[in-house]
Amino acid sequence: MSIRRIVIIGAGATGTAATRALRASGFDGALALIDGEGETPYERPALSKSVLTDAADPPVLLDAATIAREAIDLVSGIPAAAIDRAARCVTLANGPAISYDRLLIATGATPRRLTLPGAERVYYLRNLADARAIRTRLVPGAAIAIVGGGLIGLELAASARRLGCAVTVIEAAPRILGRAVPARLAAAIEARHRASGVAFHTSATIASIDGAGLRLDNDAWIGADAVIAGIGVVPETALAGAAGLALDNGIAVDAAFATSDSAIFAAGDCCALPHRLFGTARLRFESWRVAGDTGACVAATLLGVARPFDAVPWFWSDQYDETLQIAGMPQFGARIVERATGTAAPMLFHLAADGRLVAAAAFGPAGAIGRDIRIAERLIAACAHPAPEDLADPSRPLKVLLRGTVAA
Amino acid sequence: MISKENDTMTQWIDVCAADALEPDDVIRFDHEGQTFAVYRTSDDAYCATDGLCTHEQVHLADGYLEGRIIECPKHNGRFDIMTGAAKGAPACIDLATYPVKVADERVLIGLG
Repeated sequence: MSIRRIVIIGAGATGTAATRALRASGFDGALALIDGEGETPYERPALSKSVLTDAADPPVLLDAATIAREAIDLVSGIPAAAIDRAARCVTLANGPAISYDRLLIATGATPRRLTLPGAERVYYLRNLADARAIRTRLVPGAAIAIVGGGLIGLELAASARRLGCAVTVIEAAPRILGRAVPARLAAAIEARHRASGVAFHTSATIASIDGAGLRLDNDAWIGADAVIAGIGVVPETALAGAAGLALDNGIAVDAAFATSDSAIFAAGDCCALPHRLFGTARLRFESWRVAGDTGACVAATLLGVARPFDAVPWFWSDQYDETLQIAGMPQFGARIVERATGTAAPMLFHLAADGRLVAAAAFGPAGAIGRDIRIAERLIAACAHPAPEDLADPSRPLKVLLRGTVAA
Repeated sequence: MISKENDTMTQWIDVCAADALEPDDVIRFDHEGQTFAVYRTSDDAYCATDGLCTHEQVHLADGYLEGRIIECPKHNGRFDIMTGAAKGAPACIDLATYPVKVADERVLIGLG
């Protein structure tokens, strides 16, 4: 069947990357991009930083000139309401339907919500409207309570401190950044925040929230003018689920983004997929670059040539003037090798039981860590088994280890 | 294209000794308040670009050079070092490029 009509739901990093890649690969059929949010498609990473601290507009992902030049039918401000798989069309919330030969679901994720007395007072950060609402509360001298010591919570903490707020981070687990970041780095990041005046309560559960602050289970009271929660995200699967597509901690897809319907694909934060470097179970990556990479990769699959996603996942988190970068998946490591970087914390290399490098992680000024993380990313992609003593010795350039590896 | 080499307005500024820059390497060079990145490729071509990433003003000389592509150490923005062209999000603004020549075992950058 010839593919003449492609519909993409979601105009974030994944959906916009897919539109660009489709046109770049010569697709000249109808291309509709459904953006329920109604803003000019924009980059989310700025929302926790410059949009708050400098009242900046986020960088634009797809400007009007590109939309016109690439003949993209942007449906702006009208969410998709349903997918009709039998009729192969997407119904919009205001009634009309758009037919597709291939559909890409790139609906992203939504913040996990608190459920406790007073939860309706809590702010969350996912989209531009959220950031604008939070910005009005980050005034100098305001007391800000941040629920969740994850990446978003900590980026918010750094921005709020920069704006002169008093900041308290409340984390339910015994330490911050428990889900994605090795303990050694989490400790360095916490120390950096404490040095800037952020207070932390770990192993702390919130009992209730009111207009003056929040009460912990142990009866401690934390005064706050505003409460912002960053306690993770859940994949946005409502449309897919209602349409009967298989779900598995996200829309279930194979390595080339195919759902359980051969005309429908899903990519970005809304889906879970297996990755050649990390076993057979489906994973979710939740990072800006993976979202864009998968959007670019899925274009080939949409056009009929299944292309598995095989790029090494990588993310950054900028806090103050430093950056956390992790390439690969630390949770697949069996041991850690430390390499001094001249910054507050060493670079950590995570090796699987068989010695294969599966992740590298570091925190510090980008100029001190970025290059070696880049090189580690290539070693991970090549399934390299670097000698631990080479990794541990900062006098041995990592670049040398790349010789003799072949990108798999 | 007008060859910069013959442009009498070009001033050739000394950067470093030719052997201070290894093949497949990049260094930072500051001159009169401006910062540059000067490259030597694996096949021994020399070139130069603006020193700061056009995305968030990070020194590209701290980045990773692979072939003709320099990757910013902060957010992975990529540029073609020969043309200055931005090659990957989040970088979308090109870098300016500058002529480079080697004379008497010295690397020179053409400015002005």
